[in-house]
Amino acid sequence: MSHNYPALIVVVPLLSALVISVAGWVNKRLCFPIAFAALAVAAYSSVGLLFRVLDEGVIVYKLGGWDPPMGIAYYVDHLNGLVLTVVSVVALLNLIASKKSIEEEFPEKTGPFYTLYILMVTGLLGIVVTGDAFNLYVLLEIAALTGYGLLAMGEERAPLASLNYLYMGTIGACFYLLGVGYLYIVTGSLNMVDIAGILPSLYQSKAVLAAFIICMVGVWLKMAFFPLHAWLPNAYTYAPSAASSLIAPLVTKVMIYVMIRLILTVFTPEFSFNVLAVSDAIVWLAVIAVVMGAILALAERNNLKKMLTYIIVAEVGYMVGGAWLGNRTGMTGAILHIVNDALMTLCVFLVVGNIVYKVKGAGFDDLKGLFRKMPFTMGAFVVGAISMIGVPPTCGFFSKWYLISGAIQAGHYGFMVALLFSSLVNVVLFFRVFEICYYEPFSDHHGHGHDHHPEPMDEAPLSMLVPLYVVGAILVLVGLYTGDIVDQIIQFAIPKGLV
Amino acid sequence: METITSIKPLLAVLVSLLITPLLISSKAPNVRETWTFVAAAVKFLIVLSMLPTVLKGTEIVYTIAEVVPGVAIKFRVDALGMLFALVASSLWIITSAYSIGYMRGLKEHSQTRYFCFFALALSATIGVAFSANLLTLYLFYEMLSFATYPLVTHHQDREARSSGRKYLLYIVGTSIGLVLPAMLISYNLTGTLEFGKQGFLAGAGASKPLIGLLLVMLVFGFAKAAIMPLHSWLPAAMVAPTPVSALLHAVAVVKVGVFSVVRVLTGVFGTDLLLSFNFGTAIILVASVTILVGSFVALSQDGLKRLLAFSTIAQLSYIVLGVGLLSPKGMTGGMVHIAMHAFGKITLFFCAGAIFVATGKKNISEMVGIGRRMPVTMTAFFIASLSIIGMPPCGGFISKWYLVLGSLEAHQMPVLFVLLTSSLLNAAYFMPFVYKAFFCVPKEAMFENTVQEAPPFCVVPLVITALISIVLLFYPQPFLRLASMMVQGITGV
Repeated sequence: MSHNYPALIVVVPLLSALVISVAGWVNKRLCFPIAFAALAVAAYSSVGLLFRVLDEGVIVYKLGGWDPPMGIAYYVDHLNGLVLTVVSVVALLNLIASKKSIEEEFPEKTGPFYTLYILMVTGLLGIVVTGDAFNLYVLLEIAALTGYGLLAMGEERAPLASLNYLYMGTIGACFYLLGVGYLYIVTGSLNMVDIAGILPSLYQSKAVLAAFIICMVGVWLKMAFFPLHAWLPNAYTYAPSAASSLIAPLVTKVMIYVMIRLILTVFTPEFSFNVLAVSDAIVWLAVIAVVMGAILALAERNNLKKMLTYIIVAEVGYMVGGAWLGNRTGMTGAILHIVNDALMTLCVFLVVGNIVYKVKGAGFDDLKGLFRKMPFTMGAFVVGAISMIGVPPTCGFFSKWYLISGAIQAGHYGFMVALLFSSLVNVVLFFRVFEICYYEPFSDHHGHGHDHHPEPMDEAPLSMLVPLYVVGAILVLVGLYTGDIVDQIIQFAIPKGLV
Repeated sequence: METITSIKPLLAVLVSLLITPLLISSKAPNVRETWTFVAAAVKFLIVLSMLPTVLKGTEIVYTIAEVVPGVAIKFRVDALGMLFALVASSLWIITSAYSIGYMRGLKEHSQTRYFCFFALALSATIGVAFSANLLTLYLFYEMLSFATYPLVTHHQDREARSSGRKYLLYIVGTSIGLVLPAMLISYNLTGTLEFGKQGFLAGAGASKPLIGLLLVMLVFGFAKAAIMPLHSWLPAAMVAPTPVSALLHAVAVVKVGVFSVVRVLTGVFGTDLLLSFNFGTAIILVASVTILVGSFVALSQDGLKRLLAFSTIAQLSYIVLGVGLLSPKGMTGGMVHIAMHAFGKITLFFCAGAIFVATGKKNISEMVGIGRRMPVTMTAFFIASLSIIGMPPCGGFISKWYLVLGSLEAHQMPVLFVLLTSSLLNAAYFMPFVYKAFFCVPKEAMFENTVQEAPPFCVVPLVITALISIVLLFYPQPFLRLASMMVQGITGV
């Protein structure tokens, strides 16, 4: 059983998605348990797989028994073992937390929604687990197409925003495919490890250079790396809560994973950092992304959800910059931040989900008096915010620690300043929101507040609060176990050659 | 130096953190306050139980987790940490009693929230006191910043909001903007952040400009120390309810700031390094300016709490000044001033609060003749102000004495002048007020000649702290012993 984990991770959700769509016609109440079971299996297999990788090292799984490079192979090493775990756990927690809001928002369409949800997770897990460059493209499209559908199910402007995303996302995916095509032309292989073995003799080839650039641009488009981010804010903002709290934490992070996989495995660090010598320029692009993300978030003064989407744009800059610093510490920070940022983003988007569920909106005006009305949700929000600001012992601090350390070691002080700037901006952003929730509405008579208009507590249901608090606890636990995560897992995810 | 491993430091930190659910779920206010007292007493007893060990010269360590290579979240109880923890945990008990009198006396809203965040703030304070390295210190320092925000802005009105903004801007802005990068640069220089007897940067072989830059970032970065020009959050934070101002802005928050600065000077840079680069003079200069300017500004204040705030700004820099002298006596004086100033200043704040509860007055100009109405409170005020001025029969005399000896030892004559001037200024802003409170012509008196004190929950604590201020002159142990042990460990004298 356990040697089939790599296949189970993808196959179980894929088949369950089909079952759900049928079950939706029979009885809508069947959808959730099936979806839950599918993701539970995926999460269980991911964790099992991660532990197996820790014990045995890299696991190769040949789909259908066909040998690579002809057949498709799944490779699981420390890098994607970790990311698989994060993706499946985040998807599972979000599924549980979103049950109520899905059923309320889509009483008629629960079946299709769950189907798309599970298919999307299938795609994301597949992208992470596969060791085949073309197979990755296929799964990328599965994740993307279902994603467009999920996002478009939101409010009025959602279909338009989603269409915009569809155009950009398709261009991004095509770029990636084109790059893979070039690679195939020069190497005759689609298997990542195989390509990496053939490439060193072709480092000077213009086609490889072109492949690299085109792949990178495609991936950057998909991860919303500034200035290729324009599709993201609207698409995420107008989406249904359940969809945005799945997609916002995962999609950009999985694309970061793809970028790191391309750098480390396909093109190898030697080529990416030494032969090309573009790292410095890309880190400066990341600096711009971080700063612009922060400024755009500052400029957004109407909608909490939209503000958070701009923070994602800045966070993407963190990870791209960290990965391209070209040293081990920076890469460690980038990988650690994939984990941490997925969890933090999940936390804050679940909070938004709770708020929208209760208050029917996430505009800044809807937030007045929330500390009194929804103290538990807001408590979790504070934890998420503190992690995004980067305060120990929450995990956000520690990835920032590695990223800044990497910047110092690389002598790239611009990146360090950008990260500090973004942390400070996050303080302003979150406390601006907290101020509205805490002070407003101002009481009429001045001075010492007695209970003027005590608004009754109106908290989200337990099924939404419990997963939220699990995420909050994970934020702190991951922070405290940073040492172990780096020593036991991430250290082995980075090739020894990279110092 | 012997060390033993014990979970006690962690427990001392966690006690007040763990009771917050109990506080939230308590139905009746009396039950809630009982829990606060239980936690405060337990915390104090845990700290106290470690005192004999520390006095024997043994350090107590406890490691939670190694989060980055070479740096763990770790506690170490040494003499200086013990000194600070004793002050903070003993005063929490007294302040809890005072809080009950004050908050109920004024029928304040959201008292549960108030007591919860107070407990959190105390956890963070003890955490800072027992931190074994810069990262742990930073962790609890930040925790304190966020835990005190709802306390400072308790009234939730527009004034509280703008003060809250200022508070965050100064405190969090500097800790993220200055301390964090300085910490990371130091870490990348040396691979450690562990406080050492002679600082961990000493052996790094860093150049003078780099050390100077780090010094500036770390000393000003801990803006809770209110060293000028990063002081103006402190008067703004006086919008908080008075018990908050008393414990947090005379004892916990600001002392956490100076404590961090002292740790940085002794444990990160080390006195030898500072001496060899001759940075002591720069520290003395900055501290002296803060002392003098703070005292001068205090002269012109009419709001009693604002006056006390500026007085605090000046007094905090005594501690920085003492350590900046880099001489054994001076450092002892600076460290012991953490305790001496705490008991004196908390009394003064308690008095200001008691006056507000009893009469609703906040300004000195409205308090002429108050001594006849509230004789106990004003007598306590008088005693505490003597302690701040540094006159016998109060504990403040001891720290000032050591500071004077220290400045002679370090051959810094201008410091003598600063200390003398500051004492005169202190007298100049306290004594007229005390005098007018008792000895005014009947025409001037603004209160009727009947004794009417604040509720006993307010008055008893301030009498206790005033008495302790006196006792500390005759029996300055264990604080003086702890401070000299710490200095002995650093300098070998």
